[in-house]
Amino acid sequence: MLDRRLSFHIDWLLIGAVLILCAVGLAMIYSATGGPTSFYWTQVYAIGLGLVAMIVCLSIDYRSLADKSHLIYLAMVLTLVSVLFLGDVRGGSRRWIDLGPFNLQPSEFAKAIVALMLAKMLGESRRRALTNQDLLFAGVLTGVPLLLIARQPDLGTAVTLLPILVTVAVAAGMPVRYLAALALVAALAAPVAYRFGLEDYQRERIATFLDPDQDPRGAGYQQIQARITVGSGGVWGKGYREGTQGQLRFLPVAHNDFIFSVLAEEQGFAGVVVALGLYLFVILRSIEAARLAKDRQGAYLVLGVLASFTFQVVYNITMSAGLVPVKGLTLPLMSYGGSSMIATLAGFGLILNVRMRRFTN
Amino acid sequence: MAIAEDRRRLAARLQWLRVSVLVVFGLLVGVFWFFQVVQYAKFREMAENNHQRTLALRAPRGVIFDRTGQVLVENRSAFNISIVREHTRDLERTVRLLASVTGVGESHIRDIVERHRREPAYRPIVVVPDATLAQVAAVTARRLDTELPDVVVQEVPTRDYPGRSLAAHLIGYVGEASDQQVGDDGFSAGTIVGQSGVERVYNKLLMGEDGARRVVVNSVGREIRTLEELPPTEGRRVQLSLNYDMQRAAEEAFEAYGYAGAAVVLDPRSGDVLTLTSLPAYDPNAFAAGIDRAAWAALNNDEQRPLQNRAIQGRYSPGSAFKIVVATAALEEGVVTPDRQIFCPGGATFYGRFFKCLGHHGWMDMRQAIEKSCNTYFYTLGNMVGIDRLYEYSEKLGLAGKSGIDLPNEIESIVPSSEWKRQKTGERWYPGETISVAIGQGQLSVTPMSMAVMMASVANGGTRVVPRLVTAIDDGSGEGWQTVPPPANPFPPFLMKPDTVAAVHDGLWFAVNRAGTAGRARIAGRDVSGKTGTAQVISNKGKARAGASEKDLRDHGWFVFFAPKDNPEVAGVVFAEHSEHGYLAAPIARHILATYFAQKDGQPLPQLVVPAPAVPAPVAPAPRGRAAANTAALDP
Repeated sequence: MLDRRLSFHIDWLLIGAVLILCAVGLAMIYSATGGPTSFYWTQVYAIGLGLVAMIVCLSIDYRSLADKSHLIYLAMVLTLVSVLFLGDVRGGSRRWIDLGPFNLQPSEFAKAIVALMLAKMLGESRRRALTNQDLLFAGVLTGVPLLLIARQPDLGTAVTLLPILVTVAVAAGMPVRYLAALALVAALAAPVAYRFGLEDYQRERIATFLDPDQDPRGAGYQQIQARITVGSGGVWGKGYREGTQGQLRFLPVAHNDFIFSVLAEEQGFAGVVVALGLYLFVILRSIEAARLAKDRQGAYLVLGVLASFTFQVVYNITMSAGLVPVKGLTLPLMSYGGSSMIATLAGFGLILNVRMRRFTN
Repeated sequence: MAIAEDRRRLAARLQWLRVSVLVVFGLLVGVFWFFQVVQYAKFREMAENNHQRTLALRAPRGVIFDRTGQVLVENRSAFNISIVREHTRDLERTVRLLASVTGVGESHIRDIVERHRREPAYRPIVVVPDATLAQVAAVTARRLDTELPDVVVQEVPTRDYPGRSLAAHLIGYVGEASDQQVGDDGFSAGTIVGQSGVERVYNKLLMGEDGARRVVVNSVGREIRTLEELPPTEGRRVQLSLNYDMQRAAEEAFEAYGYAGAAVVLDPRSGDVLTLTSLPAYDPNAFAAGIDRAAWAALNNDEQRPLQNRAIQGRYSPGSAFKIVVATAALEEGVVTPDRQIFCPGGATFYGRFFKCLGHHGWMDMRQAIEKSCNTYFYTLGNMVGIDRLYEYSEKLGLAGKSGIDLPNEIESIVPSSEWKRQKTGERWYPGETISVAIGQGQLSVTPMSMAVMMASVANGGTRVVPRLVTAIDDGSGEGWQTVPPPANPFPPFLMKPDTVAAVHDGLWFAVNRAGTAGRARIAGRDVSGKTGTAQVISNKGKARAGASEKDLRDHGWFVFFAPKDNPEVAGVVFAEHSEHGYLAAPIARHILATYFAQKDGQPLPQLVVPAPAVPAPVAPAPRGRAAANTAALDP
């Protein structure tokens, strides 16, 4: 499967950057949870499993995967449906499947699979331009898992599917004015959705986001604390494991949603610039992979995977500075979370796959 | 071609994507730069406020000693249970839980919290001051992190008065700074400051400086570690002029004889206050950790007025003790000589009115008149001297006005003069009014303190002393006790003529040691000299009218004294409320003096032996033998 000719084309730089980010994340989890706790070891195993998944995704030609994408997609939808009925309930939502030694969160894998499915569907199209029919179909393919995930409910993860659709569609030639129209519709629908579409707790979250001081010990607390955490880091940070906000638990779920705040506090602006640089490198390098891709299908697959990754990175980092409402969106590669880590590394396996096979037929 | 064009279009869109990503990341860098570099100072402060607390370490107040080194006031450790609202999630729940755990009333806790509502939320509100060990254990046994995250138990030094009510009015008490004190004196709310007595007057010395401890706390407010500690500076140690044993002897004697009243004993050479008591007293320990409203109200509403310092805030008619001033004025002014004889037929008529004497004394000179307290003699002298010169000598001897002692809220003693009457009523002084003033009645109204000062002046030959309480201060610099110089004496020097001193001293010595009224104060070999007085609570006519009134209308008894007769070392006054006769105040003075001399000679202190329930007191001065038998104390 992996002959030497192919392995010669593996993007070791991208792998290196990804692994460095994993290591940084691991170090931050170690710091935020106070030593070699179960969180730390779970993350170590997750990185190991993720690397295995990466190798698997790298080894099988992405075109063979794309050819089976409808089956994979179907299996995913069935899994998501079964989660709704059979999944473990935690914190009021059904997201997990109990697999004995660990729990799996299928929605994390939905991102790469949707990317694969859309790449296959839009990449195969023989038509010169993207038709509205294609768009509608792509929308349905994205919409089904999105709604299933939203039903869990896990609005955060569900929303990350949208950038996949939009990015792949734009790459496939969707007129940009559609995008503008979509933005307009969203802007107009927002107040209506706010009024009728959201639960009370969601409305409250948005309200406190707009004015966190309204409820400084309640819902606005995390946001205020996040900003204090980041700002008090200064240029050079407070030092590894010396952060007061993370170490003394002023920042909730520091190892998870707010891992980047911990980094900003302990490593300062310098550490932030380095980490942002690594993420930027990973993203640009992946875009490069899309440019180099042998076929449209490969390019779309890379962009699809990259879209949800980038969206999540940007949203989480913005949230870690207290600038957007707190959502349960983790920072890919750094946050604590097994399924997320495995799915993300598997996704990078696909990106590497496409680049590696740019010369093969 | 199609493929090539396809690729070009894709490349263009990828370029567009690349630029957007770069812009977004650029914005992110900008955001973090803004927070971490531009606004760093602000956020660093917020983070510090988050996890650092500066806890005040209350400074122990200075220890107060008596002149012999006996500790009068010290400090003990107390535990305060407080609520820190900053960490409160549900105040109602905290109050309920705390009330049930400590057994304190819910509404009581709620009241306290309400009273401190406007203070910053991080400042602990003490809801159970001076908690018992059981309460402390009950609170700390709760899982404070989760159940009562907003409750802290703090150990604080608290005032301890080992003598309980001993010298309570002199020492005073402490309490939280009132709103007014917070405003005027710049104390921070919740500071414990002296509220009366020495604790108040010397508060600045005694208070010390609170220290501070900077600690790291976690998100639920538990202390993780101490960053730095600035130890508190204990207040200055203060030595009072007070003599513990004499003070105790005075209070013991008052209690034994069952009188309320006051006693002041001064060193006539320096003005040092050796004894100052006012009874009934209160226990300042009740105030030390914050007095509750009920106890405060009980003290305030008590008809016996235990909070009043009778020695400087009670004003009474001096009675016959005023005759000492009349004698001094007459002799100094040369109106009479000590040998001047006046005949007492049991009274005399002045300005058409008959004024009574309590005896038929016959021919008396000055010494005998003082000894027997002959009214006729002093009516005559008073009439000759006139009201204004009586006032002048009252002031010179320290009976009029304030003594100037370093205690708060002293009131003025009133000795009338023609000027005083004109100002007060607009009328002129009638010479007839002088006659009753001459035996200490009429408009005279003086504090026990001013009587003590007057006796000190008479004892030392005319120097009016300013009573003072603090003799030395140890400022903790390692140099030990530093003597406090006596306050500047604002009164012009005045020296009595030797003849005057001799006559007055002789008369006062006779009153105690011969057939006088004050035989019960006699101590063999000590030459106690003194004079009794009876202060009418109400005139005889009024008494008849009041009849069976509930109010205690029995007269007060005075005994003023100094000892020994030559070169006196102590001078003072005992005022026994409703004792009816001055000679019943004398045994109290005797016990104080016996204690003084025993202590001075290194003898064991005298035991007070109270005679069997008072035999009906004779109205006339008791003959020598009986007086000695009735004397209340045994010699050491």
